[in-house]
Amino acid sequence: MQLTGSQFTETTGIVGNDLATLPDYPAEIRAPAGSLAGVSSYQIQFGREDIQTPGDQPDVLVVMNPAALKVNLPELRPNGIIIANKATFNKRNLQLAGWDTNPLEDESLGEYTLVSIDMTMLAEKALEDLGLSSKVMARSTNMFALGLLYWLYDRPMDSTFNFIETKFKSRPEIVEANKRALQAGYNYGRTTRLISTSYTVAKATLPSGTYRNIMGNHAIALGLVAAGHKSGLRLVYAGYPITPASDILHMVSNYKNFGVITFQAEDEIAAVTSAIGAAFAGALAVTGTSGPGMALKSEAIGLAVSAELPLVLINVQRAGPSTGMPTKTEQADLFQAFYGRNSETPTVVLAAATPVDCFTMAYEACRIAIQHMVPVILLSDSYLGNGSEPWLLPGMEDLPPITNSQITSVNGEFQPFEITDPATMARSWAIPGTPELEHRIGGLEKDAVTGNVSYDAENHERMVHRRQKKVDVVADHIPLAATFGDEKGDLLVLGWGSTHGAIRSAVERVRGEGHAVSHLHLRHLNPFPKNLGDVLVRFRRVLVPELNLGQLGRMIRSEFLIDTILFNKVKGKPFLASEIEAKIFEVLKETKDA
Amino acid sequence: MPRSEEATVTQALTRKDFTSDQTVRWCPGCGDYSILAQVQKTFPELGRKKEEFVFVSGIGCSSRFPYYMNTYGFHTIHGRAPAVATGIKIANPDLSVWVVTGDGDGLSIGGNHLIHLLRRNLDINILLFNNRIYGLTKGQYSPTSEFGKVTKSTPLGSIDWPFNPPSLALGAAATFIARSVDVEGQHLQDIIKAAYHHHGTSFLEIYQNCIIFNDNAFADVTEKDTKVEHQLLLEHGQPMLFGKDKSKGIGMDGHHPVVIDLTDGKHSIDEILLHDKTDRMTALMLSEMTYRPEFPVPLGIFYEIEINTYEDLIHEQIERAVEKMGPGDMEAILHAGHTWKVK
Repeated sequence: MQLTGSQFTETTGIVGNDLATLPDYPAEIRAPAGSLAGVSSYQIQFGREDIQTPGDQPDVLVVMNPAALKVNLPELRPNGIIIANKATFNKRNLQLAGWDTNPLEDESLGEYTLVSIDMTMLAEKALEDLGLSSKVMARSTNMFALGLLYWLYDRPMDSTFNFIETKFKSRPEIVEANKRALQAGYNYGRTTRLISTSYTVAKATLPSGTYRNIMGNHAIALGLVAAGHKSGLRLVYAGYPITPASDILHMVSNYKNFGVITFQAEDEIAAVTSAIGAAFAGALAVTGTSGPGMALKSEAIGLAVSAELPLVLINVQRAGPSTGMPTKTEQADLFQAFYGRNSETPTVVLAAATPVDCFTMAYEACRIAIQHMVPVILLSDSYLGNGSEPWLLPGMEDLPPITNSQITSVNGEFQPFEITDPATMARSWAIPGTPELEHRIGGLEKDAVTGNVSYDAENHERMVHRRQKKVDVVADHIPLAATFGDEKGDLLVLGWGSTHGAIRSAVERVRGEGHAVSHLHLRHLNPFPKNLGDVLVRFRRVLVPELNLGQLGRMIRSEFLIDTILFNKVKGKPFLASEIEAKIFEVLKETKDA
Repeated sequence: MPRSEEATVTQALTRKDFTSDQTVRWCPGCGDYSILAQVQKTFPELGRKKEEFVFVSGIGCSSRFPYYMNTYGFHTIHGRAPAVATGIKIANPDLSVWVVTGDGDGLSIGGNHLIHLLRRNLDINILLFNNRIYGLTKGQYSPTSEFGKVTKSTPLGSIDWPFNPPSLALGAAATFIARSVDVEGQHLQDIIKAAYHHHGTSFLEIYQNCIIFNDNAFADVTEKDTKVEHQLLLEHGQPMLFGKDKSKGIGMDGHHPVVIDLTDGKHSIDEILLHDKTDRMTALMLSEMTYRPEFPVPLGIFYEIEINTYEDLIHEQIERAVEKMGPGDMEAILHAGHTWKVK
């Protein structure tokens, strides 16, 4: 199902629509077929207008079995279209999904346009002379459905034909089966006109340039490779397999011809510590994981803070404490990124706002880490990592330069922990192999200049402040906060991370009705942009929607003494724009009444 | 660099060049002093530039080692030195990377990293100081402490069975396994050199005396009057002889190794096993003599084979990728897959 969805997405990008996607799948690799827990779905919103989210309520729902209908029907808009593969609506599957009677036959779906087709039989018919097993034929049913949708939305099939030919190159019979099934679905739609309308969706009016679709995890991989390329440093990416971050490791591994080293470590701790070793040796060192992995890495992050080494840590957040819901989304690791270590151990914290922004912020994380000799945590999440959208491709010349403090010699005696640049507060990065600069670093407290182990009271206090200041000065090197909408008004909706699309759509709708509501989305969370306090006080109220119990909202309260309104959702799912819109109206009404 | 020139560079180095300006702070009489001295004596002879050495350690008494070596050094966190060293070595294979660890740091909290470093076979040298006790935390039993050991945390005796370090290393597919003793200066220097020259991960267990918390743990092999009967000094290709005037040796009784007395008139030297350091079964047999009082304590190189190192394979893959795809072209990968133009 994920493959079918990504093919539709690919083609939709090619025909020039704007789009946003939401893949949703169980953690189990082969979850029990037909069960509610095993439903894998793929949602896409596309159109000629600026698309910010995968949509609140789909217009069309394609279901390949009764469980899929059961799980997704509540999302479908009233009067929406249901396209169902009726072959799978047998007694066993209906029972598994908890239907007492067959909904395709009992008129319970009366308010929808129901298109019930025996896709299994039709696909098999198209393949009958190929001598394939029924198992293989059954697998091509998804292609039949995809063909039907290509007809419904008037999309070309060449891209998917090419994909099939490449993917199954070594198995010509599978190529033929999938191509035939796809064509059969398309022809079936065209011939039978079972659905009375087919749609033509005009091209979106996007800024000019070259586009491709990109998923957040892939965008992060490209951002890291770009930073390695631009900085002239070797990229070393160390990771341990974890959902939903593993794709970054897979994707970076494909770019070995850039001199990139990827290392699948024995555990999360080895992933971060090997990255720290690589940073000591002069590389652009990165490790990626999800929340539980971050928990395991926390002691080592402290080492990188103490040793003042550049390190990029990526947390593709997932839902819940402990193992939680690995394939579902949440943004509840913000406190962990800020505070999840022993002692005073500040790090820079960034967050990507959209799948495309994952590229920009991965690059930004590398720039800050290298320039300031500090660890940087970049927060993404499952929704961004697996979601995709069209990307106006940047030129390499548009990316900011990445400077570093590597040295090959010094005048006089080398002082490893002396701050050599007050603007960045970076110490010199003297890498092993450089003559005359031999020195020792470590996790014991060290003298602020020589780097020798020091238990001196005054020195320790000075170093604690210095490590905080190293994070604080980053504020001089990042953009100021800029609101979408007006610079002042009744309400500011303040967000961070993957809630960007839902907040932006909601704010656009509300502003369309003439309300003084603006949107500010933070991508730099530690430090905050220097003008954040000034921006916040220009609004009567500040609403902070988050997929947690109010982490940014509380930070804003403590930092700026502003009585933020927390708006929280923790269902493992992104916000719907309509949920935020309703909350905005509620707040506006309260503000007015007050 | 031509060999002659390299020799000129290294001739200038002395033990002093490897001595840092930091005061050594181990307890008086600690075995670590001797190990540090042997390393500092050996390094000028290795024919390598000083700036290419990197010492990496975790936490524990032994892990203070990098501070005393005037090379690059990284005192990291408990147990993680093998992983940090791995990152250093893959990022820059031209460095000579040394991990200094102990029985607690390397075999308990860092056991996972240690075995994975061994199986990957990076060209990294591990010096595992085994004193069979936790020293820096003031005397708890360690993963090599003997069963029944009474310590602060085991007032009624330890109920943990100890790790056998060479057997563990062998099980983890190590390509170089050796053992030496802190006070055997020349032997230790020779083994350090051999570890350095081994292309792959070297695992060197060093019996080290903790004078405060576990004094005389290895008295059998360190005391003048007992060591001759207890040290089995291994030499590749030579018979496994030990004892006064080499009067005993290791032979086989069926499938089992036995101590043979060459003075009893019933046995000849032909029955004594020749040490073959390339033979895994021999290595296993020698490893399993650990903790067995009926056998002597093998010292020297148990096992050594040469296979590809991890970092060589990493960089070979990169070279092959460049050959196949050409050097990385950022614009090309940004524009890969399906793209479309908006005017």
